[in-house]
Parts: sequence; structure tokens; C-alpha cells
Amino acid sequence: MIIAKQKPLGEIREMLEGYEDILVLGCGTCVAICMAGGDKEVEVLAASLRMADKMSGKNRVFKEHTVERQCEWEFLDEIAANVKQVDAVLSLGCGIGVQAIAERFPEIPVLPGLDTLFMGMPVEEGIWVERCSGCGNCILDQTGGICPITRCSKGLVNGPCGGYRDGKCEVDPTRDCAWIQIYERLKKMGRLDMLYIPQPLKDHSKVGHPRSITL
Amino acid sequence: MKHEMISENHFEPVIVAFCCHYCAYAAADLAGIMRLQYPPNIRVIKLPCSGTIDVLHILKAFELGADGVFVAGCLEGGCHFVEGNIRAKRRVDRAKAILDEIGLGNERLEMFFMSSSEGIRFAEVAGEMTEKVRKLGPSPLKGV
Repeated sequence: MIIAKQKPLGEIREMLEGYEDILVLGCGTCVAICMAGGDKEVEVLAASLRMADKMSGKNRVFKEHTVERQCEWEFLDEIAANVKQVDAVLSLGCGIGVQAIAERFPEIPVLPGLDTLFMGMPVEEGIWVERCSGCGNCILDQTGGICPITRCSKGLVNGPCGGYRDGKCEVDPTRDCAWIQIYERLKKMGRLDMLYIPQPLKDHSKVGHPRSITL
Repeated sequence: MKHEMISENHFEPVIVAFCCHYCAYAAADLAGIMRLQYPPNIRVIKLPCSGTIDVLHILKAFELGADGVFVAGCLEGGCHFVEGNIRAKRRVDRAKAILDEIGLGNERLEMFFMSSSEGIRFAEVAGEMTEKVRKLGPSPLKGV
């Protein structure tokens, strides 16, 4: 899923300068799971903004709503009437959600309440880690199901480098060396022979932006 | 929230106490049975476990005009639901950070741990919290 983190309250308040009636809009999919932009986070942020306003003598209106997904037109229809009645939308969706709202409601300013970070998963309660870079050319079949493009600090396709110590990365000693993990996994699978096959260097130039697919 | 007893020179804070059913609420009850005096400023809200507290409950209490809030759960290792009190502590810490960001300050919010047999401790905590908030003065969010 897409992992995001809420911006500091001060930064959000700066963005909201000049707007009086604001819709705080959550997204009930990825960012709800990573506790950054679901309905509960919308309520907490709106309450925080109202209180911060009172503390500074302002009295702006913060409306609250959460849609199932901000990144699909169908789910944005339900807010069409609400959006017309506000000065700005503060989106607690990922960058895709913010842009979808901007495209769907071109006359209304849309502000990002989150910093969108990466594609990842929760490894334990409250800890999310990056697992995929979306490189467009998956090699997980050759690396024991562990992505070196994402999880190796250097993104090596033929590892490990000489810098690991005790299974940890030299770039960040708190981080596991992805290539040691790949080695351990291939060993368990009885497929250490795969390490003898040199991988061609990854041609990142094949992946242009923005990408799209048509079925 | 119906609150406040403010006269020109006298301020009586309103303090919302979120109390766990298995400890603090029973301790408050015991304080009553023991005929202990504690300030009438405390408004007790019973929770099935302190772990059911949410950051939003705390923020709403302040938004609606509470001068102080405390969450009271079981002693460490004594939670009926194993670690509800530890979760509550984490949420109180998170709410404290938000209160700092808002500018209200985190001193108006506290977490206490106690057992159901500590009626005296509940009365003490109620007194301490009332005095602390009284010194801080009325919440700037009150009545705005």
C-alpha cells in the first residue's frame, strides 16, 4: 500500500492562510491503514485545527468528510456538493488523491495534508517499511522474493557489496543488508546456485515518466 | 460542556477523568465509600479499559471546554486486557504532543496508574490535578 505521513500542524496552518471555510477530506484506503489520513485522523486534525485557531483568535470553519478512495472518480462524486460550499479542500489522501481532486474540481484549491512517502507494508504495530520501488521490471524471481532495488541502500542487482558488517548495511548500520537476507532466503530454498547467475545492470532509462498502462 | 465556576477572583477548573472500570473507577468508588474528600471539579467518565481511550476523546474534551484531563488506568502489569494501560499511555503521549503543537501546552493532560484498592490514591490524584490546573488558569479554549 501507499504509505504517507501527516505534515506538521504548523505547516498545514500556513498552507491554509487566506481560506475561511475548509473541507478536511480523508481517504479510507491506504492512508487510513497507515493511520495518516483515515476518518479518525480527519477528526483529530480538524479538532486540532479548530483549537489552534481558537488559540490564535481565529474562527474558521473546518468541515470533515472521508471518501472510500480519493484516487477514483466514482468516489469523488459524493463530495461534489460539499466542495462547492468551501474555499479549499485539505486532502489527507496521498499525492494521487490530491491530484485526482484537483482534476475533478478544477475551480477549488486543493492542499496536501500529507507527505506521501513510499510503497510498503506494516512489519509490526506502528512500523511501516518500504518494499517496492515500482521500477517496472520485477526481478523478485531471481532474488528470493526480496527486492534489492528497494531494500539494498545502493540498489545493487549483484550483491552483496563489501561494506556489510554482521548482516547490517554500511550506509545505515541499523538496516539489514538486503543481499544477506537474499542469501539466507535462497539457502533455505536450496537455490544458492541462483547467486552464480550475474544479473545485467538495470536499465532505468526504459522507465519514463509519467507511466501509464492501457488494458 | 456545562462547566466553570468563575467569579472575579476565583477559578474552579473543570477536569475530565477518563477512568478504567477495573481500577480507577473502582478506586473512585472506594474513595466515596471511605468518605474521602476530593475536589468536586472532577467529572468521571468510565471506560471499559483505559486502552479504549482515543486521542480524539481527549482532544474533544479540551475542545468542549475542559481545563484539564486525566486518564487513569491499572498499574503496569495489572491490566485486565494485558496491555490496555500501556496503549493508553502511548495515546496520552501522542495527545500531549498535539496539545503542544496547538499551543495549549501538555501540562493540562496527565496519565495515572493505580489499582482498585487505592481509593486514597484516587483522592490524592484528583486533588493534585485540580491544584495543578487551577495554577495554570482557565483553558484559553473555554467559552470561545
